[in-house]
Order: sequence, then C-alpha cells, then structure tokens
Amino acid sequence: MNDMRVVDRAVDAQDLKIDAKNVDVFYGTTHAIKGVNVEIQDKTVTAFIGPSGCGKSTFLRCLNRMNDTIDICRVTGDIRLEGEDIYHAKVDPVQLRAKVGMVFQKPNPFPKSIYDNVAYGPRIHGLAGNKADLDEIVEKSLKRAALWNEVKDRLDAPGTGLSGGQQQRLCIARAVATGPEVLLMDEPCSALDPIATAQVEELIDELRSRFSVVIVTHSMQQAARVSQKTAFFHLGELVEYDDTTQIFTNPKDPRTESYITGRIG
Amino acid sequence: MENQEHIVTSFDRDLEAIQAMIMKMGGLVEEGIANAALALEKRDADLAKAVRAGDKAIDELEERVNQEAALILALRQPTAGDLRTVLTVFRLSASLERIGDYAKNIAKRSSVVMQMQPINGTASALRRMARQVELMLKDALDAYIQRDTDLAMDVRERDLEVDQMYTALFREYLTFMMEDPRNITPCMHLHFMAKNIERMGDHVTTIAEQVIYLVDGEYPDDEREKGDRTPHDFGAEG
Repeated sequence: MNDMRVVDRAVDAQDLKIDAKNVDVFYGTTHAIKGVNVEIQDKTVTAFIGPSGCGKSTFLRCLNRMNDTIDICRVTGDIRLEGEDIYHAKVDPVQLRAKVGMVFQKPNPFPKSIYDNVAYGPRIHGLAGNKADLDEIVEKSLKRAALWNEVKDRLDAPGTGLSGGQQQRLCIARAVATGPEVLLMDEPCSALDPIATAQVEELIDELRSRFSVVIVTHSMQQAARVSQKTAFFHLGELVEYDDTTQIFTNPKDPRTESYITGRIG
Repeated sequence: MENQEHIVTSFDRDLEAIQAMIMKMGGLVEEGIANAALALEKRDADLAKAVRAGDKAIDELEERVNQEAALILALRQPTAGDLRTVLTVFRLSASLERIGDYAKNIAKRSSVVMQMQPINGTASALRRMARQVELMLKDALDAYIQRDTDLAMDVRERDLEVDQMYTALFREYLTFMMEDPRNITPCMHLHFMAKNIERMGDHVTTIAEQVIYLVDGEYPDDEREKGDRTPHDFGAEG
C-alpha cells in the first residue's frame, strides 16, 4: 500500500548542506538574530517565514555573507557550507556567492542583453573556456529557469524589456549560471502576479533536484506550497523548524500556530 | 479548462494520488461485497474470514486518504474545482469505509448462519441484491473517474431496485418466521444482512450524488422515488 507516494513532500536527500550554529547578528546595538541553529539539507526547499522584522532576511543574508556589505552589521557563530566555515578569513566572499547564489525580491536584471545577463557570472568567474562553452551555459541556464523558449529568438534584446515574471526568471537563470550549490531567494515572487508566481514556484520545485533552495517569503501559503522544510522566525529567534507538512498541520510551538493561523504577526 | 494542468505540476500529482487511493479503496470494497455474499451462498467460512480481515486494509486506506487530503488543504489551499475534488475525496472515503463495514458485518453473520439449516433460496436472493449494489458501486466509481454525471444519475435511480429487493426479502423472512419459529434466528441474521446491503445502496447513492456535486458544483435536488416500503406497510413510525 506504500507504493503510492502521495503528497509529494518527501525529502529525497538527507545530506547536510549548510550547518549554522549559534548564529547571532547585531546591527550596531540591535540584536537582530538570537542564537539561531539551522541545518539545511541538500536538494530540499527550505522556507523561512515570520512577520516583518523577525530576522528571516537577515539570517538568509548571512548564508552568503551579503551582510558583509553593511558596515554596522556584525555576525557571530558558526556557519558551514559542506563543512567549510564560510566566515573563515581565507574565504573570498565573491567566490562564496558563486556557490551560494541569490535572487532578490524585485527583479534586478543588469541593463544588458538577455544573453549578457546570464553570461555575466560565468565570465567573471572564468567558467567558460570559449564562446561555444558560454553559449551552452547560457542556454542551459535559461532552460533551467524555464525561460529559454520565450527568449531564445531574442537573446540580444535588453533584459529590462522582459515582463516582471520573465525578468525574475532571468535573474534565476543568472543565479544558476555559475553552477551554485545553494540558491537563496528573498521574496522572489512578491513583485509578481499569480501566474508568474506559479511559474516561479514550479521552477523552484524543479530546481530542488539539483540545488538546495532557501526561500524567504511573506506568504505562508507560498511556503506551504513550495517547501519541504519550514523555519518560523519571531523576534530574532528561530521558534520552530520542522517538515513543512508538520508545521502547517500540527505545529509544536503555540507561537507558530498563532502565526500561521493569522493570530499574531 | 478542467483538463488543463496546473502550472505547478506537483499539485496535479497530489490530486491524482489521492484519487488513485480512492479507486484502490473502491476496488477493495467491491471485492468485499462480492465475497461476503459469495461466502454466504457457498457456505465458505474461509472466504467469510478473509472478508473480515480485508476490512482492515480499507480502514487504513481511509485514514491515509483523510490525512493526505488534509495536507492538500493545508499546503495548497485548493479553490473551485480543486476544492470540490478534495471535499469529494473526504466524503467518498467515508462512504466507502461504511460500505466496507457492512460487508464485514455480512461476513460475520454468514459465519453464524452457515452453521444453521439453510432456508431455500434466501442466500442466492441476498447474493443477487449484493450483486446489484456491487454493480452500482462500480458504475459510481466509473462516473467519478470519468466525471460522468449521466452515469451518476443512473446509479442514483437504480437504488430504487435495491430498496424493492429489500422490501421483498423483508416480507419473505416474515413469512418464514411465522411458518416455523426455528427459522427466527437465521432469518433475523438474514434480515440484518439484507438491511446492510440496502444501506450499502444508500451509501453508493451518496457517492453518485457527490460525483454530481464534484462536476456541477451542486447536489441534485429532485426527489427520488424510494422503494423501501417497510416503514409504511408494517406499521413503523416515521
């Protein structure tokens, strides 16, 4: 009777991708993240949910050292990508961000052609030996972002001329072009209409066969739809981290229940 | 529009999976009805035992269907036709589980009745009635999978025949019991079996009506003719 895998939420891999321990973040004197421990699995979509200002985006940005760019921000604790300390002095943040890609809330294509948007990362990281290699990376990335069929005849057109949903998928193609291991998404659908949102959600579900995806979303429904694991943040603390099926049907912490049922926020 | 796939294809897979579980339940229940009646007619104690044991699988499936359907509600927030699909799955699994219980009860009583002197023709009459319900269930499930409201309406009408068969058996058992008090115990059991089959028919009717709701978004409202005359003919209240 177990031959039917029903609601398709089984986590295929149990390999640990990112291991964060006792992470604290301070903005000046503000204690934004308080002792967070999270284990993020490979080939899994992990959603961070919580009310505005709960620290979910801040924590996401710790995972590829985007907080380094903020002067008053101080991160302590231990964050390891495949066992390597990403805050170690010898780690180059630019190289790290090629391995831990990021997609932002508002689509932000470069003011360049569609082709050059995707080719940008592979070029600066020297991932393609020649033009043919680069063409292949661009095509493969656009296909993975489910955008190829819509743009293959106009790769020289400016990326900024695409629709919002297409621009966001272009940004995803740009992020996957460097062959990352982890894809961080900070509210990737909040500027998109429902159809473009569904397309990006479908894409996320496909991407998880290759990457570990971590998504921050204000939409609990989106977290429920796309993720296998969900972490609920509140006031800088990680309140609960469990299988999405568990969080949305029977959360253990009363604060999680209050939030997902729309009682606190 | 109905046949279009969702943009998020895993949603389609979830919906297909719970419907496949309903069909699997349906298959087990059909088998249970047929075997319970066959066990009585052939006085086959092993088969009766197998029906009783088989009900466990049906109950387990019902529990799984309900859990998975609840997950879909929590994780996908289905609307419109998708919502009706999930609501229908809940009701279908409940109806199928009840029918399975009736089949189990028939099998239990068969085991007792087969120890007694057979009463001519009664077992095969029950089996014909069970066959009728089994065919109705098969058609109701076909109507479900094919989203065929005409077939579902047809199933709903056919419940009349089951009710009429029940009324006929009710009278027959009364006659047997009046003729010879030794017939009372087997006839009481046989009567409960007939009543169980009649109730199965009602649950199949519920399934058929649920299919109509699934497709049209409304339950059929016209009054059906009821064939069970026993409450009127034999002086029961209500």
